[in-house]
Amino acid sequence: MSAATDTPAPAVKTVGLNRWDSPWLNTKFLIGVGMLLVVVLMGLLGPLFWDTTLARVASSPLNLPPAWVQTDNPAFGEPTWDHPLGTESNGRDMLAVLIVGTPRSLRVGVIAAGIGMLVGIVLGFSAGFMGGWVDNVIRTLADSVITIPSLAVLIVISAYVRTVSVENMALLLALFAWPGPTRLLRSQVLSMRERGYVRMARLTGASTFAIMFKEILPNLLPYLASSFTGNVSAAILAATGLEALGLGPTRIPTLGMTIFYALRAAAILRGMWWWWGFPIAALIVIFTALFLITIGLDEIANPRLRGAKAR
Amino acid sequence: MAGLTPRYVLRRLGMFVLTVWLGATIIFIIPRLAPGDPVAAMVSRLMAQAGYIENSAEIIAAWRARFGLDGPIWVQYLAYLRNMVMLDMGYSLSSFPSQVDEMIADALPWTVGLLSVSTLLSFLIGNTIGALMGWPRVPAWIRALLPTTLTFTSIPFFMLGILLVYVFAYELRWFPPTGAYGRGLSPGWNWPFIKSLAQHGVLPVMSIVVTSMGFWALGMRGMIITNQGEDYMILAEAKGLRPSRVFLQYGIRNSILPQVTALALSLGGIAGGSTLVEYIFAYPGMGYLLYQGIVNTDYTLIQGIVFMLILGTATAVLILDLLLPILDPRISYER
Repeated sequence: MSAATDTPAPAVKTVGLNRWDSPWLNTKFLIGVGMLLVVVLMGLLGPLFWDTTLARVASSPLNLPPAWVQTDNPAFGEPTWDHPLGTESNGRDMLAVLIVGTPRSLRVGVIAAGIGMLVGIVLGFSAGFMGGWVDNVIRTLADSVITIPSLAVLIVISAYVRTVSVENMALLLALFAWPGPTRLLRSQVLSMRERGYVRMARLTGASTFAIMFKEILPNLLPYLASSFTGNVSAAILAATGLEALGLGPTRIPTLGMTIFYALRAAAILRGMWWWWGFPIAALIVIFTALFLITIGLDEIANPRLRGAKAR
Repeated sequence: MAGLTPRYVLRRLGMFVLTVWLGATIIFIIPRLAPGDPVAAMVSRLMAQAGYIENSAEIIAAWRARFGLDGPIWVQYLAYLRNMVMLDMGYSLSSFPSQVDEMIADALPWTVGLLSVSTLLSFLIGNTIGALMGWPRVPAWIRALLPTTLTFTSIPFFMLGILLVYVFAYELRWFPPTGAYGRGLSPGWNWPFIKSLAQHGVLPVMSIVVTSMGFWALGMRGMIITNQGEDYMILAEAKGLRPSRVFLQYGIRNSILPQVTALALSLGGIAGGSTLVEYIFAYPGMGYLLYQGIVNTDYTLIQGIVFMLILGTATAVLILDLLLPILDPRISYER
C-alpha cells in the first residue's frame, strides 16, 4: 500500500474511449493476469492429465531427481519420465504435489482477502460517512490491529489449535486482513464525499445508501481490486509461513507444508533442490502475478503513476 | 495546535496500550474457543513428567494458582494479563527449570540487531532507488536499470532466504548456512568474533533487505511523482534553484514523511517475517526460539515470545509516532 494510492483519482472510464487507449490495457496488469491464469488452469486441468494420488506419502519411489537431471550422486535414484519433476524422501511425486497444493494456497488467500475486503468495505464506509465517534473507534481499532505482528499471533493460535482446516485457516487470516481496506476506503470516501457528483446526487435526493453503492463504490473499484490482490498475497504469505513452520493442515499436501518437510529433512544441504525449489517457484509465480496485478491496478486507478516516463 | 502536543502524546500512548492489550487478548481468547483447555493440558503434561521433577506437587499447585485455574475464565484472564504486564512468563515447559523471560532475554539482542540493521538498510536503499526512479532529470540508463532491482519485491523473506542458503552456502560455500557466529568463539569485542558475526549475518540481512526494499522504492516513486505537480516545486524551479537542491530539499523532503508513516505501519509485518528468516538460518533470535517452542509444544515459551513481539513492535511504532511531529510540525493527530 503505497502512500501514493491516497491521492484521489479521477473516475476511470472503460467505455467510449479508443479501444487501445483503455487504461485497463496496462502491461503489468495483463502479464499478472496471464501468469495467474496459468496457475489456475494448472490446478483445474492438472488432475485430468496427471494422477493426483501420487501426492500421497509412499506412492512413488524415493529421492528421484527431475527427469532431465543427470546426477551421479548415489543418494538419488535414477531419473525417469514417470516422475518428471522428481520425488522427495517421503515418496511423493513433486508434479502431483504442485497440482494439488497450488490451488489450495490460492484458495486460502482468496477466502481470507474476500472476508477482509467485505469487512473493510462496511467499516470503511461507515467511518468515512458517519464520522464522529464511529470514525474514531474504527480508525483507532484499524490502526492498532495493523501494527500487531499477525504472523506471530497466528503462530500461537495454530500452535494451540493443532488441527486447522483450510477454511478455518482462511478465517484466522481474515482476522488481520480487514484494516488495510478499511483505512483505504475511509480515506477515499472522505475525499469523494465532497466531490461535485456526490453533492449532485445528494441534491437529487438520493439516499446515503444509494450514494455509497451507486455513486462512490464504482469509482473506487480499481482501488478495491488493488487492495484485494495485495491482501490475497499477504494471506497466502501468512498461510505459507505457518505451513512452513509445520503449523498448517497436516493431511493434505500444501506448498508451505512441502517446504516444511524439505527443511526438516535438510533438503537444502543434501542438494535436493527440486524438493523445495518447485513449491517456492510456484509460490513466486503466484506472488509475482499478484504483485504485477496490484501495481498495474494502482496505475489504472492513478494516472499520475502512469505518466512517469512520458514527462 | 501543531507538533508534539500533550493531546497527541496521550492519544499515541493510548494506541500503544490498546494495541498491546488487543494482541494479548487475542492470543488468550482464541485458543480457548477450541475444545480442550490448553492450560489444563499444560499442567497435566507437567504432571506426567512429575516423576522426574523434584517438588512437582508444589510446582503444579503454584501453576494452578498462577493461572487461576480453579476460578472462572475471567479470573484466569486477569491472572494472565497481570503476568504479561509484569513480564512474568513463568517456566518453560520443555526445558523446565529455565524461565521463559531469561530465554527471551538471551535471544532478544540477536533479533533486535538483525531487524534494525536490515530495516534501516532496506529503508535507505529502497527510498534512494524510488526517488531516482521518479525524478525526471535522472539519466535514462539509470531508470532502465532500476526496475530490475524490484524483481524480488514480491518474494517473501524466507523463500529468498532458502534460495540464498542454497546458492551461497551450499553451492558456492561463500557464507555459513546457519547460526550467528562460528563455533568455539565467545561473544565479545574481539576481531575473530566480529568477523564471524558479519559473515553469518550477510545472508539473513540480505534476504530481508533485497525483498523489502522494492516496497519503499515503489512508495517513494509514487510520492515524488505526485509531488512534481505541486506549486512549490514549480516555484522552486522557476526561481532557478539548482536541480540537486530542488530534488533533495523539495522533492525528497516532502516525500519522506509518508514513508516514515508507512514504516511504522509495516513494522509488524517485518517482525513477523523475520521470525521465518531466523528459522531458516537457525539464527539464535526470538524467531528461532519460537520455532523450538513449536517443535517442543512449549506453550508458555510460544506465548511469551509472541507477547514480546507484539510489545516490541508496538514500542517501535510508538517511538516513530512520537518522532514524526518533531520531523514535521504540521502533523498532529487532529485530522
